Amino acid sequence: MSQFVEALLLQSGYNAALVTIGAALLGLVAGGAGTFIFLRKRALVSDAAAHATLPGVCLAFMAMVAFGGDGRSLTGLIVGATLSAGLGLYLVEWIARSTRLPEDAAIGAVLSVFFGFGIVLLTFIQTMTAGRQAGLEGFLLGSTAGMLFGEAVTIAVAGCAAALALFVMIRPMTLVSFDPEFAATTGIDVRLTDLAMMALALVVTVVGLKIVGLVLIVALLIIPPATARFWTERVDHLVLIAGAAGGCAGYVGAALSAAIAQMPTGPIIVLTSFALFALSLLFAPSRGVAASLYRHRSFEIRVHRRQGLLAMARGEAIYDHFTLRVLRRAGLMRADGVATAKGLEAADKALRDEARWEIARQTHDEEAAVGRYDGLTPIEDVFTVDEIAMIDRRLRERTGGAH
Amino acid sequence: MGTEFVQLSLMPMLIGVLAAVACALPGNFLLLRRQALIGDAISHVVLPGIVVGFLVTGSITAWPMMIGAAFAAVLSVVLIEAIKRLGRIEAGAAMGVVFTSMFAGGVVLLEQSDTSSVHLDVEHALYGNMESLIWLAADGWGSLIDWAALREMPSQAPRLAVVLVLVAAFVFTFWKELKISTFDEGYALSLGIPALALGFALVVVTAIAAVAAFDAVGSIIVIAMFICPPAAARLMTDDLWVQVAWSVGFAVLSAVLGYLLAGYGPLLAGFDHAVSAAGGIATVSGLILAAACLVGPKRKRVGVVREG
Repeated sequence: MSQFVEALLLQSGYNAALVTIGAALLGLVAGGAGTFIFLRKRALVSDAAAHATLPGVCLAFMAMVAFGGDGRSLTGLIVGATLSAGLGLYLVEWIARSTRLPEDAAIGAVLSVFFGFGIVLLTFIQTMTAGRQAGLEGFLLGSTAGMLFGEAVTIAVAGCAAALALFVMIRPMTLVSFDPEFAATTGIDVRLTDLAMMALALVVTVVGLKIVGLVLIVALLIIPPATARFWTERVDHLVLIAGAAGGCAGYVGAALSAAIAQMPTGPIIVLTSFALFALSLLFAPSRGVAASLYRHRSFEIRVHRRQGLLAMARGEAIYDHFTLRVLRRAGLMRADGVATAKGLEAADKALRDEARWEIARQTHDEEAAVGRYDGLTPIEDVFTVDEIAMIDRRLRERTGGAH
Repeated sequence: MGTEFVQLSLMPMLIGVLAAVACALPGNFLLLRRQALIGDAISHVVLPGIVVGFLVTGSITAWPMMIGAAFAAVLSVVLIEAIKRLGRIEAGAAMGVVFTSMFAGGVVLLEQSDTSSVHLDVEHALYGNMESLIWLAADGWGSLIDWAALREMPSQAPRLAVVLVLVAAFVFTFWKELKISTFDEGYALSLGIPALALGFALVVVTAIAAVAAFDAVGSIIVIAMFICPPAAARLMTDDLWVQVAWSVGFAVLSAVLGYLLAGYGPLLAGFDHAVSAAGGIATVSGLILAAACLVGPKRKRVGVVREG
């Protein structure tokens, strides 16, 4: 535990601190950029891009070796990854546009074929460099053990650039996410904006290769926005919350991985992110599962209370156990089933309101207010005191007329 | 050539073909139902299932691991559906949340538990180890009719054969029902076909194929074979029968050609070592799909104006 606290406070060594800060930055940018991917429903396209980085990484390595380098320059590998992921994205778009295959098939095809070809290259490199480790396997699931200062700086610089681009583009991206046609009429180039979104996701992907790995990097783009969606209905808040959730997952996950032996960084960041998601799914106000259950339950109680009161007022017997329980709990009925004074009063009011609504529906038949009749909304919430007084007058006239 | 080929290459090729066909068959229906990525999701979540199966039973025999994997596959489908409904989240994102998290869980479990004594690691899960499926008991083509030698063949081969028969039996028994419910679910329901149950059964059959194939060849071929051969076949014809036939042909071709190229190509080109056969098979299936995209007779969309 103390090791975990130390790691959280960046006290468990230079390398661990670098990784933790890098992961937090990466999570922050991934959450923000992922928000638009999420809103555009392109989540799995970025998975294809992530898997498509592998052949690029391998080819870049081979090219650098061929030109006499040792092939391990992170910048070079990132350039290769970007090129092949870009090609993969283009192919997904091309297949979906110019053949009759649906986009999901294009995604799956690009993902598996690029990855498969990458594996071919990877095994080739393993035999080519027999004896000395190329370390490219680390890009599959991330490997932070031997991160260099220069690599951390590369990640930080790319992360800051992506965050800045995100900040500048936030308005056109928001518009395109919600209403591409309206965005086009306001002079925004929808295709270009879409491209910029994917480019941002691409930057996050290639930068994240070193920390999280290409198999799981898509999780950083998808999970934080899905988490944030439970907490807000506004895009600007969504970006901020998703960024915060992603940054938090990156920070805590990297610290956990530093504190516990044999704990791979990428997967633990993903799991931390998922924990935040699961908590939000269950406990977020209004959109969370617990809140929905509570709403459902309180609606049930209102219905049963209302029906029970009406039955009470009409002197009908109540058999439904739940109704009886609701009435007893509210002190409207005694344990032996006889209405209390408070219950009788409420029952009278329920019956009177029902009659009032009937009048209101006759007199206000074209107004929106009548549409709010659902047998549950108190009539005082819909009509003013004057209106209710008028309704009551009519009610008296009618009952008077009937006698 | 003969003896060595039978000992070293025949079984991986045979297993590759069986796995490819077992995945391509249900893949045709997944493709038409716009569920192509279910295969992707399932093949990722197989890893935690296998690890849990191993941790619970402590053995790496096939059955506990396959049961664990099948359980994980079904669990993932249920979780995706639950997140979609409870969280009101779009299907693709729900899928992404579930399969990445479960895969991450599998990796962490694997690293945290003591699996150093057994052959179980993430790379193996991703791209399999087809090259290890050798048949040392064989001493030439004659071994194919030698019962004693046949009993010594890698257990993946008979297991995949059984799974292939099962998958084929499912597809052909419910051919008419699958076809109708794939193209017009409402019509299928009006005919009294339990379209929803059939859809779930298709996912279960997909999971069985994925798990069996995964054990032999790794998840990357599984994803490629679910999608590439059926997608290429879709560009060749408008007839479902013909499409399925093409997809089986493409799957077999990918497996054979991919294995041969990966196994012998580098040697012919003057290098010392073969490259990953699983990767080679996926690559060949991609090349076939690319060719179909460029020249397939039915590659264009007809009658539908594309929006946007």
